[in-house]
Amino acid sequence: MDLTKDYKTEFMTNEGLQNLISNWIPDLEFTEEGSQFLNITVKPDQLYQLMSQLKTNNEANFDYLFCLSGVDWGKELGVVYHLESTTHRHTIVVKVKTEDRENPTFDTVSDIWFTADFHEREVFDFFGIIFNNHPNLKRLFLTEDWDGFPLRKDYVDEINMVIK
Amino acid sequence: MDTNIANSNLKSEDYFINMGPQHPATHGVLRLLLTIDGEIIKKVEPDLGYIHRSIEKMCERDSYQQIVHLTDRMDYLSSHINNEAVCLTVENALEIEVPERVKVIRTIIGELTRLASHQLWWGVMGMDVGALTTYFYGFRDRELINDIFEETCGARLTMNYNIPGGLMFDIHPNFVKRTKDFIAHFKTKLPEYDRLLTGNVIFQKRMKGVGILTKEDAISFGATGPVGRGSGFSCDVRKHHPYSALDKVTFKETLRTEGDSLARYEVRIQEMWESMSIIEQLIDNIPEGDFKVATNAVIKLPKGEFYQKVETARGELGVYVVSTGTKNPYRLKFRSPGFSNLSLLNHIAVGGKIGDLVASMATLDIVVPDIDR
Amino acid sequence: MNITLSITKNIHNWLFSIMPEGIASIAEMVLIAVVYLAIFAVAGLYLVLLERKVAAWFQLRIGPNRVGYWGLLQTMADALKLVSKELTGTVKADKFLYNLAPYFVIVTALMALAVFPFTQEFQAFDINIGVLFLLAISSIGVIGILLGGWSSNNKFALIGAMRSGVQTISYELSVGLSILTMVLISGSLQLSEIVEVQKNGWLIVQGHIPAVIAFMIFMIAGTAETNRAPFDLVEAESELGAGFHTEYSGMKFAYFFLAEFINMFIIAAIGTTLFFGGWLSPFGITESIPWLGVFWFVGKTLILVFLMMWFRWTFPRLRIDQLLTLEWKYLLPLNLLNIVLMALIVWLNLTIQF
Repeated sequence: MDLTKDYKTEFMTNEGLQNLISNWIPDLEFTEEGSQFLNITVKPDQLYQLMSQLKTNNEANFDYLFCLSGVDWGKELGVVYHLESTTHRHTIVVKVKTEDRENPTFDTVSDIWFTADFHEREVFDFFGIIFNNHPNLKRLFLTEDWDGFPLRKDYVDEINMVIK
Repeated sequence: MDTNIANSNLKSEDYFINMGPQHPATHGVLRLLLTIDGEIIKKVEPDLGYIHRSIEKMCERDSYQQIVHLTDRMDYLSSHINNEAVCLTVENALEIEVPERVKVIRTIIGELTRLASHQLWWGVMGMDVGALTTYFYGFRDRELINDIFEETCGARLTMNYNIPGGLMFDIHPNFVKRTKDFIAHFKTKLPEYDRLLTGNVIFQKRMKGVGILTKEDAISFGATGPVGRGSGFSCDVRKHHPYSALDKVTFKETLRTEGDSLARYEVRIQEMWESMSIIEQLIDNIPEGDFKVATNAVIKLPKGEFYQKVETARGELGVYVVSTGTKNPYRLKFRSPGFSNLSLLNHIAVGGKIGDLVASMATLDIVVPDIDR
Repeated sequence: MNITLSITKNIHNWLFSIMPEGIASIAEMVLIAVVYLAIFAVAGLYLVLLERKVAAWFQLRIGPNRVGYWGLLQTMADALKLVSKELTGTVKADKFLYNLAPYFVIVTALMALAVFPFTQEFQAFDINIGVLFLLAISSIGVIGILLGGWSSNNKFALIGAMRSGVQTISYELSVGLSILTMVLISGSLQLSEIVEVQKNGWLIVQGHIPAVIAFMIFMIAGTAETNRAPFDLVEAESELGAGFHTEYSGMKFAYFFLAEFINMFIIAAIGTTLFFGGWLSPFGITESIPWLGVFWFVGKTLILVFLMMWFRWTFPRLRIDQLLTLEWKYLLPLNLLNIVLMALIVWLNLTIQF
């Protein structure tokens, strides 16, 4: 196996990626503003379709999910996926948001990238975002009987949190 | 006949064992819930959070200078590189160009940190497979690095040497000489490591073919650092996204295709040689100049999102900052290498013996505070 | 001239002169038992100290050096601490077996010491089936370990105990067969007799090739018998915490600990007696002073003890299946072949005699 294969040959620019991906699903939002990567915002019900295509499509081939973060944007809750292709070495950011703070739900990507299993549990633990079809969605760091989701902006804990 | 017994409704229970939170093999307060069948592992379920301090939440109320100090307490064996990650994020966001001198010193100390971390890992690795003497050999050499750190940074473990914009102080006058002495010393001592442990037939038998992780799985699990490279996943951030002075040096990214515990072990041994080579290339020509550039007392990052990755001793550490333009980050996420590496433990340990689990876990080189940020 | 022997003879005569014969012999036995107990409890403690010093030497450390000159009283202090410690235990332990287990281990270890000829006529119990006695006694010890692990009601201890059962029973075979190889050449099961035979050359020289093979197998299997690294799966602290003695504390733990070291001494002593001429001096240089035999016996034994410590501080631990593979697929067949080879050599009179 050739491990030192030159990966730069099949590298796609952000523009190329945008053209490629916008063919799959029509109403995606692309932006490069305020970020070093190409950002895609996707609707929750199209998330799984987009993600599986990003992984399986040969030109995109985003096989490495290097960061999965939950973010509380105040009004909306969402998840940010940082993806890289280990063959083409291009990077992309996928964002998904929902305004439903009571019962935020997205599809899991843990069957596409195994690493999402733990990362999604972490997001569930701290943001209360539920991932459909996740094999083992339960609290990861906190105890089962913990009340609330600490990394949300509206979380209050008068005893343990020191606010300056 | 046999299958009839196996499929019959005989009452049988899984045998559960709690490995940890206090257990010698878990290297900290990590609890593994094992389901075993005699000696054979059927399932490993890590139970985390025993030392979770919610560093990410603390970051949301702290200034960027303060955040640097918190990162020491994640992967305490790569504290310098963790600090560097936050500093680089801030510097890139503010478009500060730090002096060449700072870049070179950061890289040298970063590689020394990696050496120290791998030395500790090697000692503990031997202990996990039952060779107690390795621990003292590893620590003998690690002490010398810690002495160098102590002289320059004033601390041996949680160094806090980096600040946004440069370094806290200039290097100690003895730094160059002592580092060179150390490299000369360690070049004679590293082959000793091989003689004591690597070539041992029992050790080879314990490690070869144990805890196999294929390249596809390594990528899918986000296994980085020596764990990923042992499976042939070219994931060295120093190579693909060079930072500080790493674009000025030549070094080989060690890759192995076997993906077993021995491959991960050998990758780390080889990395020690590469780290020494990097230090040697830089130590003789540290450029003159300032050791920091002045920054505002209150650092405010522009509105936007920033991502910076560095290669710690354990793999890829990512810092993801969402800024709204205030003096605190709106959201700061650490993508820690240990967290992803731990998630594959169940995958590689199932079907092996209890001894295999301990050996594989030792080659994952987890640091629990890094997982329980 | 012969100080030690005359002392025992005097005491013997004195006891028999003041008491009826039955009581006197019982009193004599008790006296000897107490003397042995005292000597070997202290010797065991010093073996622990020796181990720590050797370990320190291997590991670039100094080792115990604070209690007493050169740390000589360190293990005494440790023993004192262990005696004064509280005896804890699990609530749901099987109390009777739990308390019984350490005695199984320590009593059998001390009993085995009775048959060794430390020098000419310095032997507590010179029976004609000494070798069989040793084998029988040393296999009882494993029952103590099994009981201890099972009755503590601790899962790690149970795994340790099961490993111990598997391991000790397997390696018993190799120890037994390698000893049997040497019995073939010595032609006796009586230990004093075996030493006498070696006046024509130590058995490892007399039996040359098969004896050397038997010695190597014996040392490997003997290390496994005593549950020491690289065969310390029973305790395997990085896997099982402390293995079978996880739940023991204070003096009960000390019994297990001491027994391990006395067992190591026993294995080395068997090795000395069977392969290296027991108390015989090399080339008979001190033949005229019989009590120096103790010096030679202990000296040779300590060299073998050092060998076992050397194993411990340099080798990693085997995995349980590798351990069993080594025994059943390699050592046992080799051992059986070796017996045939030895029988041939004895039959054809190819032994080397001086």
